[in-house]
Amino acid sequence: MTVLDTPAWRPRTEAGPLLPDAAPFRLLGTPEAARLAPALLTELYGQLVRGRRFNRQATALTKQGRLAVYPSSTGQEACEIAAALALGPRDWLFPSYRDTLAVVARGVDPVEALTLLRGDWHTGYDPRETRVAPLSTPLATQLPHAVGLAHAARLSGDDVAALAMVGDGGTSEGDFHEALNFAAVWQAPVVFLVQNNGFAISVPLAKQSAAPSFAHKAVGYGMPGRLVDGNDAAAVHQVLTEAVDRARAGRGPTLVEAVTYRIDAHTNADDATRYRDDDEVAAWRAHDPVDLMERELTGRGLLDDALRQRTADEAEALAAALRERMHDEPRLDPMELFAHVYAEPTQQLRDQEAMLRAELEAEQQS
Amino acid sequence: MSPSSSTAPAPAAAPVAQKPATMAQALNQALRDALVADPAVHVLGEDVGTLGGVFRITDGLARDFGDDRCTDTPLAEAGILGTAVGMAMYGLRPVVEMQFDAFAYPSFEQLVSHVSRMRNRTRGALPLPITIRIPYGGGIGGVEHHSDSSEAYYLHTPGLHVVTPATVEDAYGLLRASIASDDPVVFLEPKRLYWSKADWSPQEPREVPPIGRAVVRRSGRSATLITYGPSLPVCLEAAEAAKEEGWDLGVVDLRSLVPFDEETVAAVVRGTGRAVVVHESAGFGGAGAEIAARITERCFHHLQAPVLRVAGFDIPYPPPMLERHHLPGVDRILDAVGRLQWEEG
Ligand SMILES: Cc1ncc(C[n+]2csc(CCOP(=O)(O)OP(=O)(O)O)c2C)c(N)n1
Repeated sequence: MTVLDTPAWRPRTEAGPLLPDAAPFRLLGTPEAARLAPALLTELYGQLVRGRRFNRQATALTKQGRLAVYPSSTGQEACEIAAALALGPRDWLFPSYRDTLAVVARGVDPVEALTLLRGDWHTGYDPRETRVAPLSTPLATQLPHAVGLAHAARLSGDDVAALAMVGDGGTSEGDFHEALNFAAVWQAPVVFLVQNNGFAISVPLAKQSAAPSFAHKAVGYGMPGRLVDGNDAAAVHQVLTEAVDRARAGRGPTLVEAVTYRIDAHTNADDATRYRDDDEVAAWRAHDPVDLMERELTGRGLLDDALRQRTADEAEALAAALRERMHDEPRLDPMELFAHVYAEPTQQLRDQEAMLRAELEAEQQS
Repeated sequence: MSPSSSTAPAPAAAPVAQKPATMAQALNQALRDALVADPAVHVLGEDVGTLGGVFRITDGLARDFGDDRCTDTPLAEAGILGTAVGMAMYGLRPVVEMQFDAFAYPSFEQLVSHVSRMRNRTRGALPLPITIRIPYGGGIGGVEHHSDSSEAYYLHTPGLHVVTPATVEDAYGLLRASIASDDPVVFLEPKRLYWSKADWSPQEPREVPPIGRAVVRRSGRSATLITYGPSLPVCLEAAEAAKEEGWDLGVVDLRSLVPFDEETVAAVVRGTGRAVVVHESAGFGGAGAEIAARITERCFHHLQAPVLRVAGFDIPYPPPMLERHHLPGVDRILDAVGRLQWEEG
């Protein structure tokens, strides 16, 4: 044996096939789009319009004091809904804090999806029932969970994939690195979706990464990287569906970078004029995910005034229902504070529970 | 590896631990028996596979249960614990090994932000039955970063159980109980007791001790030493030596810091009226401060003297050549006992 025969000497994977395309993959407005099924396009269109309206309504709810905060995904609706639609019923979604829309598109009740941002209990839905992990506020920490879950599913012989979402800023976290590395080594059925929306709060891309693209990072881990136009709902849907299918087929993880833009400020509490130019915002407004889809549908004669109106009405109805249901203050039981810390509360927690109960009783009597 | 392979050899229930057994063997047997008892149990960590762990606690598990049940992970502690969270979300029961106390720190965010609060965050929908085994403490001549006593970080995190055995039998029983628990358990293994021996075999039927119950290792009428993990043998030795001074010292082994068995501790201290808490980790803001405060709250009128603490100095863990000055020893414990205001008693 010589060193040339040892495992350390030779590259373990060929890099070439893993490399992303030079430019983001697009479908809408290209000749390729002709083979897309009309039903898919109109479904995506309806979701986009409803998603846009949802973002607007949720932001309005912050102004009315019904939500504590809302990180809007306006401009990113294509990524949000494509992520949800690419998954089958048994697959799992691991959303980041901005991804309420993906959670709702996956079928979670909107009010339940918003409990965290309402200041109500942290997670309003049952993750096992919905197959949606809790919205993760500590950035990138949900990525290793997705890998572990996908790995466990595979160990159990189940046909289940996981899709984990993260922002461009989140890719700088150590957990991003560790999750991708574990996923590739274990060949876990997981898809990572980086929504590159240009900013992490105020910090622009150039201060976040010097990589050719986030998709290129995949190569270093030994998984394919895909670069896609994140405002092209058909393209994101196709790329994610391929990646999820690939994962389920036992061919391992994929990293998808969707290039998009955060049209609103970071949250309702942020002032984006302090750190970015209107020109840039205008450029992205001209590449809007809803408009791109409308143009495609119109060009193919799939969008008439009636459909446009029906879709708008549906979105309005959803917004009205959300407004109405969010109108009443939720009633939380303070005694529940002690109920879920452990399977059985400790003696110390029981003592504190008794103290709070006495305080509440005294409050009621006065 | 082939995660879905069903070619793993049949689980070996054969005993490895034979009388007298070491704590390391007892821990290995506990893992083995847990792997046999529940197919959801999965062991993962650095070098836990072929090597059997740097302390050999997982010796033979990968051979006997297959790589999928005892997995060498990439070298990344946050990744190990983070993926364990996902595995537990799917219904598995991961047992994670951190190679050393100070190398568990990269996983701290996963521990605090997710492991400890997933049950609470989801209103009980998503409990995480994860056991995190961490060899801890000094006294083995380890170079920097190999001797930390990190329990205070963990016990200050609501949602975690913090368990630490001090005897060979408890190492077996408490690890079985921890793996069976539906709550996450930080299982602190006193590495300097790994090679301690007891006339014990897991084949003898015995009750698995419930988590959260302290045990009186030695009853005494003069004063009570309250301790856990690596300091138990030191306290027992001190109690023996104290006889010469005319003191009859009792020793309580907490076995778990969370839940903290306040009832047992308070009952014992009420009987003696004097108590010293002993642990290796730094005294300031340490477990002993909490224990002393609680004893004072519960037993004030029975106390003949303030509760004292004998702990490690408030310094980063010292170089091995100086560690004997840092670690609580028999003399320092007896000095503390001597300061329990006997003249007024
Ligand atoms: C670990 C961690 N550090 C800091 C924060 C505070 N924080 C919340 S959002 C955010 C920016 C996130 O940017 P990015 O990952 O690009 O996602 P985006 O907001 O663009 O969706 C920061 C710094 C956090 N939530 N978690």
